[in-house]
Amino acid sequence: MAKPKSSMSRTLARRETISAYLFLLPSLLFFVGFVIIPMVICIINSLTDASMYTKGLGNFVGLSNFIRLWQDSTFLGALKNTFIIVVVSVPVVCLFSLWVSSAIYKLKGPILSTFRCIFYLPVVTGSVAVTVVWKWMYNNYTGVFNYVLKSLGIIDQNINWLGDSRYALGCIILILLTTSVGQPIVLYVSALGNVDQSLVEAAQVDGATNLQVFWRIKWPQMMPTTLYILVITTINSFQCFALIQLLTSGGSGTNTVMYYIYYTAFKLTEQSGHFGYANAMGVMLAIFIGLLSALQFKLAEEK
Amino acid sequence: MKIASPRTRAYKVVCIIILIILAIFFMFPLYWIITGAFKTSQEIYAASPVWWPSEWTLNNFVKLFEKRSAPLFQIGSLAGPTVPAAIRWLVNTVFMAVVAMLLTCITAAMAGYALAKKCFVGRALLFSLIICAMALPKQVILIPLLKEMSALNLYDTLWAVIFPTVGWPFGVFLMKQFSEGIPGEILEAARVDGAGEVRTFATIVMPMVKPGIGALAIFTFINSWNDYFMQLVMLSSNANFTISLGIATLQGETTTDTGLLMAGAALAAVPIIIVFLIFQKYFTQGITMGAVKG
Repeated sequence: MAKPKSSMSRTLARRETISAYLFLLPSLLFFVGFVIIPMVICIINSLTDASMYTKGLGNFVGLSNFIRLWQDSTFLGALKNTFIIVVVSVPVVCLFSLWVSSAIYKLKGPILSTFRCIFYLPVVTGSVAVTVVWKWMYNNYTGVFNYVLKSLGIIDQNINWLGDSRYALGCIILILLTTSVGQPIVLYVSALGNVDQSLVEAAQVDGATNLQVFWRIKWPQMMPTTLYILVITTINSFQCFALIQLLTSGGSGTNTVMYYIYYTAFKLTEQSGHFGYANAMGVMLAIFIGLLSALQFKLAEEK
Repeated sequence: MKIASPRTRAYKVVCIIILIILAIFFMFPLYWIITGAFKTSQEIYAASPVWWPSEWTLNNFVKLFEKRSAPLFQIGSLAGPTVPAAIRWLVNTVFMAVVAMLLTCITAAMAGYALAKKCFVGRALLFSLIICAMALPKQVILIPLLKEMSALNLYDTLWAVIFPTVGWPFGVFLMKQFSEGIPGEILEAARVDGAGEVRTFATIVMPMVKPGIGALAIFTFINSWNDYFMQLVMLSSNANFTISLGIATLQGETTTDTGLLMAGAALAAVPIIIVFLIFQKYFTQGITMGAVKG
């Protein structure tokens, strides 16, 4: 009697697969159509000389777009700035949100959620509104920054924050930081709340200090959260675009890869719309992000 | 009872003071937008900042609304009454965010349920594809997307912004996390009772993943309201602009009229902040669930 049974379970399995795909179908249409296909086109296009006006895919040029990248000093400069942004903002976002979360997670419910909301505000406000107001705050003549710093005696002359290549990138990183810590704080607060209290109490009975309790017990338990925060912050920092486009248009030494991709594809006047070259940069950026994420996972696993 | 030593108490006081300073710093840009929107131009360009407007003027909003006009809506050849362009931008933004939210929630709830609770061929492959896609920078695919949209005749329509938002797999991932919590026995019992797939989904699965849908809805709404880069690439005519894009364009045109820009920024930011404050609870939950097992 084994045979009919197995054929019945096979029909059952087939029916299960069919119904599963029916449930998946609407989502898959959008996912494949507007994420997977563009990704494939992006990779194919990066190997061609396609431009904005090319019909179809353009001529196959092998890896020459990728070779050109490493001889393009604008790209290398943009890459350097992008790495500076990532290297500064990722650890700062992590440590800052960790500190804020450990300072607020024991507060009473309404106070806790008020603080959480406040740190989330810059994210919700939206990149354009945030950028427009910061541009005013950084303004050479009417900005609050120059006024406050002068009244405190820290500077004695107005500084053209966004026009000066010594400060512009730092100013942009500061805005990026305020718009990046919202989500990590929410995550850390919930992770700290989920730490196994019995372990904490046992350690306290054994005479561990607060700092020891934190590093030996809480920190290891929050490792998955930290890893997730590292990955999303890295991705976000790599994609920094609106700030650059609206504040400096890549001037004052603030060009980033994402802005240069946009510029190459849509703004480069003489050879407008170098899609192939821009896509090659996109692929390169994706490779960097992939490598960094993999590295972070690896490091976290070893711990 | 443990008594806090003076040192830890001092540390706590310092913490609270630093937190309050930080909170002021984080709220200041929003405060500056809202007060700036109502300041006269003398106060805006004053050498020492005016912290609180001495007289509240609606002048900046009047200028913002006078600047351009557009029909309130346009469906085919049917056009609505002429209104200020900024109002049209708001209508566009609400339409875009609401449609993206509805489509995302429906498709993601179905797909998340199937991924979490069904055994099917290709499940592991599909799931790893979703994870990989989530880790990639979505702005990278914008250029090929643009070509695709013009091939589909969707360039410069709000659909060109809506469809990629719906396709982004985070929603499916989030709904899978929420669907994991549905006990298999309940689904089995429904099957034994003869409930069909559609009925099981509508009457058993949906009510159980409601918090997930709430989180995803508010998440998608806020993200698509604020996603600037995609709107910049996909939309080109003024009547199709979203509020973010409209304000960004105003900034390009009138770099000097700060009051006007603040009025625009307030118009873009205040509605979404109100939405956020109302649905805050779901939002927090969604962020946390999305990260579990991330």
